[in-house]
Amino acid sequence: MSEKRNKGESMVIEDSWTARYAYPVGQVAGKFMEGLKQKKILATRCSKSGMTYLPPRAYCERSFEKCDGWVEASLEGVLEVATIVSAGFEGSPKPPYAVAYVRLDGVDTAIAGYVRGLDLSDLEAGMQRLRAGTRVRVEFVDEPKGRVTDYYFVPA
Amino acid sequence: MEQGVAVIGTGQTVFRSVDREWTYAEQAQAAAKEALDDAGLTPDDIEAVVFSLAPTAFMGIAEADRWALDYVWGNGKPTMRVHTGGATGGSAVHAGYSLIRSGIFRTVLLVGADRMAETPDAQYFLNQVWDRFYEKDLSIQTIVAGAFLGQQYMHLYGATEEDFARVVVRQRGNALNNPHAHLKGKITIDEVMGSARLSYPLKLYDCCPRSSGGAAMILGNLDMAKQCSGRPAFIKGLGAVSNTVFLGDRIVSPAHPDLIGPMLEHQVAANRAYERAGITDPSREIQVAEIYDPFSTMVHPALEMMGFCGKGLAAKLEKEGAWESGGMVYVNPSGGTLCTNPISVTGLVRNIEAARQVMGRAEAMQAPNVKHALATAVGGSGQFVNVTVYGEDYL
Repeated sequence: MSEKRNKGESMVIEDSWTARYAYPVGQVAGKFMEGLKQKKILATRCSKSGMTYLPPRAYCERSFEKCDGWVEASLEGVLEVATIVSAGFEGSPKPPYAVAYVRLDGVDTAIAGYVRGLDLSDLEAGMQRLRAGTRVRVEFVDEPKGRVTDYYFVPA
Repeated sequence: MEQGVAVIGTGQTVFRSVDREWTYAEQAQAAAKEALDDAGLTPDDIEAVVFSLAPTAFMGIAEADRWALDYVWGNGKPTMRVHTGGATGGSAVHAGYSLIRSGIFRTVLLVGADRMAETPDAQYFLNQVWDRFYEKDLSIQTIVAGAFLGQQYMHLYGATEEDFARVVVRQRGNALNNPHAHLKGKITIDEVMGSARLSYPLKLYDCCPRSSGGAAMILGNLDMAKQCSGRPAFIKGLGAVSNTVFLGDRIVSPAHPDLIGPMLEHQVAANRAYERAGITDPSREIQVAEIYDPFSTMVHPALEMMGFCGKGLAAKLEKEGAWESGGMVYVNPSGGTLCTNPISVTGLVRNIEAARQVMGRAEAMQAPNVKHALATAVGGSGQFVNVTVYGEDYL
């Protein structure tokens, strides 16, 4: 802690919070992360409702039954919504970058990921290429580590 | 015995970026004292306290309700903290309503404060609310999530960035009438369009400020409302709903297959509130709407989802003046969340402003002949939505 006071202002005491965490991922996310290491996107499926989920869920939100199957999602799909981030935020990638929600073929819900392979220097042109309904495909980094940043979307 | 529930006193401080005169606990105290004076009550008249307290990482003092307890004269009384992110203030009203409606208490103080700019790292903390395994690493935070919402709405209805800019211009102008507002002034569409790009379609002026200040509301039962010197505002109906954290599920919703579109939660919460309040045609029966809008992109879809106009029509009506004083519904006479956002009490401020319109005490912000006013609060990047309808009579 340190004290700081500018002329004409009340005193300010400075401080910071730091903490370390280790998060067990659990069985469901663990299987998904193992799939990423093999360059696969694994979804859970509920046979009662017929819903296929990404991110994978333990229980179905419609039937309230346990998701009883795993399926390998298609590596192509439809972009549902996207944005190009132009400003730098604490802890975020260096701008500009694009993020999107994509519904992979055969999956009922959309999953988030970065979009690469686009020229983002012209914002309007970049957003035109990120319109809802655009077909995209999934690509993986060369050495996946079992994190969601292992995959990204590129225009198909 | 079920009890009618009335707003019998309110208080709020002036909101600004950084308050160098008063601490968090003192801001809550100032608001509580003003609400007590407004109701003509003393601390001894208050039977329970509900703390309106969202994440405390912004002010950097964990679980700050413990600190403020003495300051708001909560010592010796039952207290509880309510926290639904940005929806907190509205949830605090709903909690207080339940405590009185059930007949347990005659008077409840809802109180809180926040200090959003104590850290420059606010978006760092706002990114911690996402699912750790699937979404946090993608830096979605709140501005990017707000941008997704704007994009969805633009894609569905052909709305433009200028449509959103028009909301900012109107509300910054409205805030000139609000002595408590943080941002206010006459600005132009060009100035909004020319402000720094953050995340398409959002620019700096499309986003709320980070505000510091306190707010309080005192709720009373029917007996207390009768003793109240002025005209009380009764809570006629309330509705709330929660949805999954996953934005990708809200686009193609497994839990709500019949509901599609951005901010569908507003439709569910509003319909529940209207049913309880006996409202069948909101655009005719509600004269003022205080809508929780940290981004300019939220006002039009909220109005549409809550039935004030058809889907995709709010921007056209905005141009025609429908949301101004003397229009169809006076939307955010206070300037709304776009002009002032102290997260813990932002929803409470929306409710205070709506109640004061019904009480006839909104001063320069007052709309004529207010029979009903509505307040919303939204939290968790749209995951939590609550709606409260105020009216001038109990039944």
